[in-house]
Amino acid sequence: MTIRARVCGAFLAAALSTTAFNGAFAAEDTIKVGILHSLSGTMAISETTLKDAMLMLIDEQNKKGGLLGKKLEAVVVDPASDWPLFAEKARELISVDKVSAVFGCWTSVSRKSVLPVFEELNSILFYPVQYEGEESQRNVFYTGAAPNQQAIPAVDYLMENEEVERWVLAGTDYVYPRTTNKILEAYLVSKGVKPEDIMINYTPFGHSDWQTIVSDIKKFGSAGKKTAVVSTINGDANVPFYKELANQGIKAEDIPVVAFSVGEEELAGLDTGPLVGHLAAWNYFQSVDNPANAEFIKTWKAYTKNDKRVTNDPMEAHYIGFNMWLKAVEKAGTTDTDAVLDAMVGISVPNLSGGYSTMMPNHHITKPVLIGEIQSDGQFETVWETPGLVVGDEWSDYLPDSKDLISDWRAPMSCGNFNIATGKCGGKGS
Amino acid sequence: MYRILQTVLVALILLTVIPTADVRAQEPLRDLVNALGTAKLSNMDEHIAALAKSGDPKIVPILEALGDGNLYARKADGEVFLTREEGANLTLTDPLSGESVGEAPKSALQKIKVNNSVRRAVRAALGGLTLLSPDRNQRFKAAQSIMQSSHADALPTIENALAAEKDAAIRALLEQARATAILTSDRPGEEKRQAVQTLKQNGGREALSILSAALGTADETLKPEIEAALASIEQSQALWAAGQNVWYGLSLGSVLLLAAIGLAITFGVMGIINMAHGEMVMLGAYTTFLVQEIVRTSFPGLFDWSLAIALPLAFLVTGAVGLAIERGVIRFLYGRPLETLLATWGISLILQQAVRSIFGPTNREVGNPSWMSGAFDLGGLTITWNRLWIILFALTVFAGLLFLLKKTPMGLQMRAVTQNRRMASSMGIRTPVVDALTFALGSGIAGMAGVALSQIDNVSPNLGQGYIIDSFMVVVFGGVGNLWGTLVGAFSLGILNKFLEPYAGAVLGKILVLVLIILFIQKRPRGLFALKGRAVEA
Repeated sequence: MTIRARVCGAFLAAALSTTAFNGAFAAEDTIKVGILHSLSGTMAISETTLKDAMLMLIDEQNKKGGLLGKKLEAVVVDPASDWPLFAEKARELISVDKVSAVFGCWTSVSRKSVLPVFEELNSILFYPVQYEGEESQRNVFYTGAAPNQQAIPAVDYLMENEEVERWVLAGTDYVYPRTTNKILEAYLVSKGVKPEDIMINYTPFGHSDWQTIVSDIKKFGSAGKKTAVVSTINGDANVPFYKELANQGIKAEDIPVVAFSVGEEELAGLDTGPLVGHLAAWNYFQSVDNPANAEFIKTWKAYTKNDKRVTNDPMEAHYIGFNMWLKAVEKAGTTDTDAVLDAMVGISVPNLSGGYSTMMPNHHITKPVLIGEIQSDGQFETVWETPGLVVGDEWSDYLPDSKDLISDWRAPMSCGNFNIATGKCGGKGS
Repeated sequence: MYRILQTVLVALILLTVIPTADVRAQEPLRDLVNALGTAKLSNMDEHIAALAKSGDPKIVPILEALGDGNLYARKADGEVFLTREEGANLTLTDPLSGESVGEAPKSALQKIKVNNSVRRAVRAALGGLTLLSPDRNQRFKAAQSIMQSSHADALPTIENALAAEKDAAIRALLEQARATAILTSDRPGEEKRQAVQTLKQNGGREALSILSAALGTADETLKPEIEAALASIEQSQALWAAGQNVWYGLSLGSVLLLAAIGLAITFGVMGIINMAHGEMVMLGAYTTFLVQEIVRTSFPGLFDWSLAIALPLAFLVTGAVGLAIERGVIRFLYGRPLETLLATWGISLILQQAVRSIFGPTNREVGNPSWMSGAFDLGGLTITWNRLWIILFALTVFAGLLFLLKKTPMGLQMRAVTQNRRMASSMGIRTPVVDALTFALGSGIAGMAGVALSQIDNVSPNLGQGYIIDSFMVVVFGGVGNLWGTLVGAFSLGILNKFLEPYAGAVLGKILVLVLIILFIQKRPRGLFALKGRAVEA
């Protein structure tokens, strides 16, 4: 590990010096956009797609004439699924390549590692993935779902439509599932679910032997009450999990599984025949039927030259974030960070699920919440959606630490964690 | 002439009258079917119940299609059709007459949406409809589904079916369904008591679930009885659970054995710290993917044989890659373990990124052939077919390897070279050739493991990384250089892991296993089965 870090450091130094020279000669006739997604290592499986999506969006915008009369130029770096490297690469993008905004990160730990860099160098990050909330930073725009835009509506759906009374909260052992499950547990208890009807289970990253856990779920489900699994299992571990569910004969009609990290991309590696009826909650599905989405899918397939490529929710989040940024820069007339930060709040752009998304003062956006069922062709079919748009709630109302906090980045408040009980900005709640 | 005219006329009248009469008889049914097209998800179950009430056997395929998502409504006139996908179009079948009515583009039709509650309603309705079917399999399936969704309303249907049923297996299911239904009905206490006894005798998780649900609503006289039944079922379940844990342990052990057995050759026998071992497993899995791709597009009939085809190919592909690595890199590094470690680790990164560039970073789908899907019950144990096959496969590979090493001239040479290189060389054995072949053999076996692991894990460029630590753990724990040690090590680690997991959780369980191994290695640095004699010093 230390050897690896040293080698990486050496390469980075070399890379820094070369880009510095390039930077000196680059003329000011392009606007640079940074893309900070892992192209190698464990997270490459999810993040490479987002890099391609961003390149496509930038390409499309340049065909339409660029921004402020200039062409956009993508600067792609590879943080290699290595969290400290995310911070170094972010620094490189901002101070060496002088990018105007960065689109990137997937895991919460990578976001946390770049936060101080964006604050220090005052730049803008668009973060496209659903996350656990409990955060609102001046320099970050969260275009993925907060827990109230994904987890809570999903639980509501199961309670109302499937009459679920017993809950298995299964997740991978890291910050997103742990925080989400904490929020969900508090929410379920507030809805009158007894603690003995909630089972919480964590597994390591890349867990591949699910036999015991699946049979525990089966056992937990045979207490005479309708049972459901809420899965925050992330990444690679999902495939063996679903395979084991199918093989042990757990049908969606009996014990449905609703997942927050399983999208079209993850299902592409699975035979979904035995999984029909299991659920996922997102703000976008590829199967959503409207002209904007059809156009987006067509462009994506043409851009990747692959008719089988699928689109997914984080891609839509980048689509929304990128269009918001374009609009804000046009409104501000400059790519200057402070001006764009001010212009962003209140910007409204079409999303791909057939409505408009607006940037709220807490730097989260409004989105519809969709519940989809897995189909045998690997797509989702929407079976339920929120009647209107849901505003992202950064500080959960169900956690004692954060229920008194709000965020509003407009002047004069300009605070990411204002405590309404004490009337002061900063610190955790009561 | 007149006669002929008359018959023709009569025939014509018959031809026109009879179908119309038929259609008229079907009219209300057709209305019911077409009503599915406009029904909302929330009141779909009422429509299904109405259809089921008609009792017409023609409803069965319609409901089946609805459950499978193959029922579409035509946007133009709201007519409902059974469909089958045919390229970009759908072929339409009239739901009542069963006649084909041509093709239509997907955009002209609207799929009738179903969700889990609709699927449950379909399952219950189908159960009632096919309970008296002449086909035994269909009756069996019906009995199963009616048992899962049994309700007081279904009681007369179940009792009717019971009276007519002769097959013992189906009778048992129906008895259980009847007992379940009685518990939710308002039948007298004596019958309910009998029902509890029936369920108790059958045992199993379903009975547990039904009885615990009934406990909430039962009256005071019945409660102690249900509680006693629950206690006795739970007791027998606990015994079976222990057996199930052993099975899970064996199955995890077989996966560990498969992953480690190639390493037992390259690391155990040859002493090469081969960090690229996991990538050989990954290459084997990707070979399986390629084979399946070709089978799917060119010879779909051979799909069930795809793994058998992939097995030798994976062995050859990874064996060749192993040979190239040995000839290209490792042979210059014999006797320098640290450099070997770094070089093979580099190779593993190169291989990973190469696969990522060629196949893309996302998972690839490797399907399970039909004989590897599903599970069967053995007493209270649930045994999944894929795990059973993997255990058998791992043991076969182990036996084959043991035979190769102990009983063939090549094995003899391998052992000679690894035990005393200079002596073997002076006896006329070409040691470089033997080295290369041994390494290729170890890599090839890793590739075969990849074929099996593709059935239970992701096929992605990271596949190998997940197994490399475990493989080293097994080989070191079992005793370096001893195949039997690898076997015993793999199975004991698997079972230990599975017994710790229910108590400590998956995360802590894994940590505990590692701690125990560290303590064990402190005590016995050479593992379970240490090699003795002069070979140790070599």
